[in-house]
Amino acid sequence: MSNISEYFKDVFNGVLSLLKGMRVTAGYFFKPSAIVTQKYPENRKNLVMFERFKGEVVMPHNENNEHKCTGCGICEINCPNGTIEVIPKSIITEDGKKKRAIDKHIYRLGMCTFCALCVKTCPSNALAFSQKFEHAVFDRASLTKQLNKPGSQLMKGVE
Amino acid sequence: MRFDFIASYVSAFTGPWWKIFYDFSILTGAVDEWLKGSVSPFWTTVIEMVVVGVVFLLFYAVVGLFLVYAERKVCAFIQNRLGPNRIGPFGIFQTIADLVKLLFKEIIPIKNADSLLFNIAPYIVIIVNFMALAAIPYAKGLHAIDFNIGIFYILAVSSMSVVGVLLAGWSSNSKYSLIGAMRSGAQIVSYELSIGLALITIVILSGTMQLSEIVEAQRTGWFIFKGHIPAVIAFVIYVISSTAEINRGPFDMAEAESELTAGYHTEYSGIKFAFFYLAEYINMFIVASIAATMFLGGWMPFHIGNLEGFNMVMDFIPPFIWYIGKTFVIIWIIMLFKWTFPRLRIDQLLTLEWKYLLPINLVNVLIMAFLVLKGWHF
Amino acid sequence: MEEKVEIIATDEKQEFIINMGPQHPSTHGVLRLVVSLQGEMVKSLQPHIGYIHRGIEKMCESITYPQIIHLTDRMDYLSAHQNNEAVCLLVEKALEVDISDRIKYIRTIMSELSRLQSHQLFWATFGMDLGGQTCYFYGLRDREMILDIFEETTGGRMLVSYNCPGGVMYDLHPDFQKKVKDYIKYFRKKLPEYDAILTGNVIFRERTTGIGTLSLQDAISFGITGPSARASGLSCDIRKHEPYSAYDRVKFNEVLFTEGDTCARYLARVEEMRESLNIIEQLIDNIPEGPYAVKMKPVIKLPEGDYFQRVETARGELGVYVISDGNKNPFRMKFRSPNFVNLGVLNHLAKGFKIADLIAISGSLDLIIPDIDR
Repeated sequence: MSNISEYFKDVFNGVLSLLKGMRVTAGYFFKPSAIVTQKYPENRKNLVMFERFKGEVVMPHNENNEHKCTGCGICEINCPNGTIEVIPKSIITEDGKKKRAIDKHIYRLGMCTFCALCVKTCPSNALAFSQKFEHAVFDRASLTKQLNKPGSQLMKGVE
Repeated sequence: MRFDFIASYVSAFTGPWWKIFYDFSILTGAVDEWLKGSVSPFWTTVIEMVVVGVVFLLFYAVVGLFLVYAERKVCAFIQNRLGPNRIGPFGIFQTIADLVKLLFKEIIPIKNADSLLFNIAPYIVIIVNFMALAAIPYAKGLHAIDFNIGIFYILAVSSMSVVGVLLAGWSSNSKYSLIGAMRSGAQIVSYELSIGLALITIVILSGTMQLSEIVEAQRTGWFIFKGHIPAVIAFVIYVISSTAEINRGPFDMAEAESELTAGYHTEYSGIKFAFFYLAEYINMFIVASIAATMFLGGWMPFHIGNLEGFNMVMDFIPPFIWYIGKTFVIIWIIMLFKWTFPRLRIDQLLTLEWKYLLPINLVNVLIMAFLVLKGWHF
Repeated sequence: MEEKVEIIATDEKQEFIINMGPQHPSTHGVLRLVVSLQGEMVKSLQPHIGYIHRGIEKMCESITYPQIIHLTDRMDYLSAHQNNEAVCLLVEKALEVDISDRIKYIRTIMSELSRLQSHQLFWATFGMDLGGQTCYFYGLRDREMILDIFEETTGGRMLVSYNCPGGVMYDLHPDFQKKVKDYIKYFRKKLPEYDAILTGNVIFRERTTGIGTLSLQDAISFGITGPSARASGLSCDIRKHEPYSAYDRVKFNEVLFTEGDTCARYLARVEEMRESLNIIEQLIDNIPEGPYAVKMKPVIKLPEGDYFQRVETARGELGVYVISDGNKNPFRMKFRSPNFVNLGVLNHLAKGFKIADLIAISGSLDLIIPDIDR
């Protein structure tokens, strides 16, 4: 007799556990407010990334087209996978001294692993992360970027 | 003769034209009479067959595509997603776009596959679908064939789809497909029993196998209410075992994608894959229609005893709407199963059938027979 | 070549050999299992690894210690933070740097958060392996919020690269504490749902109970660690036995089960989620003030010698072993990754069970393939 009652207990408990699960899923079915999907291209305008989001490495320039990069090459040394290449040039300052400056700061986005070591170790805070995340391009070559804008100068007071 | 047709057509609508929504035989009868009057009986049959065939083809495609869309939406809402929402408003044209894509897709010939069986398998599944669809009463007078053994015929026909599945798995020369097909064979053969017994419970209650009469017998109350607890038990068993029969989750052993990638149709591509895919959904539609017809009164509106006013209001809703509504409620329940439960293992599946469903079912049939014998049902 | 001969030989014995992977929905990556079946029964299986071998250990020999951090992220990507922590703790131990309490607290909270998100993904994928696809979306939905918390503070979602020798990269975001507290409140409400969908479900119980039982003896001899071993009753939690960071200041239970089957491995992880919530709750209000990083030398050179540090990742014990010749690069670096060791037991567990059970067992071991190959 106990076998039979156990058999029915099994059936009953099993069905009960199934109904519990169905209550959760059916509950969500009738609760559209729980939908978490974001409609991406539509919400592009008000889609704000977190300020620390590592989109890509950029070199901020001020309104006079000046940056803070001295061309020291510490970022290049610290980069674990050769993403950054600093091509320096020597310029002659107003007082006639020879000085190392940046010619090209090459950044290969395709190789970057976003470890943040370049931004972190830059002695003059010349590099930063931008919040841009739409990096898709048709040509791989356009992932290699020059961070200093053409004709840009070293900001005054940055050594 | 042409004028006769118009006259009879008009006569069909001389009453309020929306009457045809309550009895389709007015329309079909008018067309039939006109054909009989204008061409020979042989051509009448041929033309009627062609028309019915075309209507069913359209119906098949529309229902199949809609169900695929519905499933994607239902599972999306269950999973806190939006589901298809890009093509058309709310993504309603998504499945049509998918179908167009599948139509243009290359059909990949499989190396060392048994090409005859491989090519035939999807058609078997589709043909079986059509044969079952033909016998279902959709509304009053909307019924392709009204066999006097209708439910028996549907059972017999729908169990043939396993042949298509087995052939597909066997002929694709893929190990995953083979395992899937064998699982599916074991599964469908066992669950056929439960479906049969659950329906026999209702056949005992109604005393007929003719679907139109079964529906008519439910004018005073649906069988699920008329048949006391045995009918409810039979209904639950039917829903469970029909879910298993159509290879849907949690019984989707045959195509368990986390185990067998896609089971028996792993190797199919293009429109042949679409055939399997559509057939799966039409199968779901068929079992849901049978459940609606046998337990929930088919196209019969919801009537309560002698409440004349209430019954009138219910009668105002066209039978076809009732039928579709009931079918889709059951389809929704079957979908909810799939998107809630984890999959069973093949041996557990058979345990469920042989140790739980079958004994309960047999006792249930006995109780129902006793009830009918004593006349205790409503 | 030898392998091919073997397959042909077994074919003659009327075995049914299927290749599960490297592209298969439930091997979670590029693990290839050559399974020989008899009917549905698994007779034996042979894992083939190396499809995502990147030579991380060798690469480490040519880069400096701060640079190693970003490679450890990519081993066990679900316990990225714990992997980073292991290397950082090793460097700090070697250089005998005293780090502030704030750093310890931050690291512990972050570790537990990443353990939480890892177990959530385990729950999600385990449910999907067993055929309950809705689990996947519920698990990911809740995990996404942790990733948002990560992103706000560290800038990365999965591969956080947040640790650095001597501390952490940035200070906590001002919103961090509030968001974590909100999340704990939210997730405590969701856990009963997890139980309703999977843990209590009769089909789930039937599928997992008594499947792939790992005895305590076997767990020790195969070297299993982490929740998989604790499900067999092996007390192996590094957080308890060899506390690092702030684990010696929090009260938590080591989740132990004795059954050792697939269900126990699952339950161990679900219980660990609760424990993680407890740990975070104890720490989140008491984060002491202080510097978030100790000033280190620009070029970190480890004194000559060999060093070993182990941490408890979400999947078990990660050991980092470094031989230094006094240079800025390690002379030899070795990771004792939990997944590689845990994979070894798969053949032992799955033998004699069905294919469906094999999926459940490999799912319950919660293998991360990039950590196996490294």
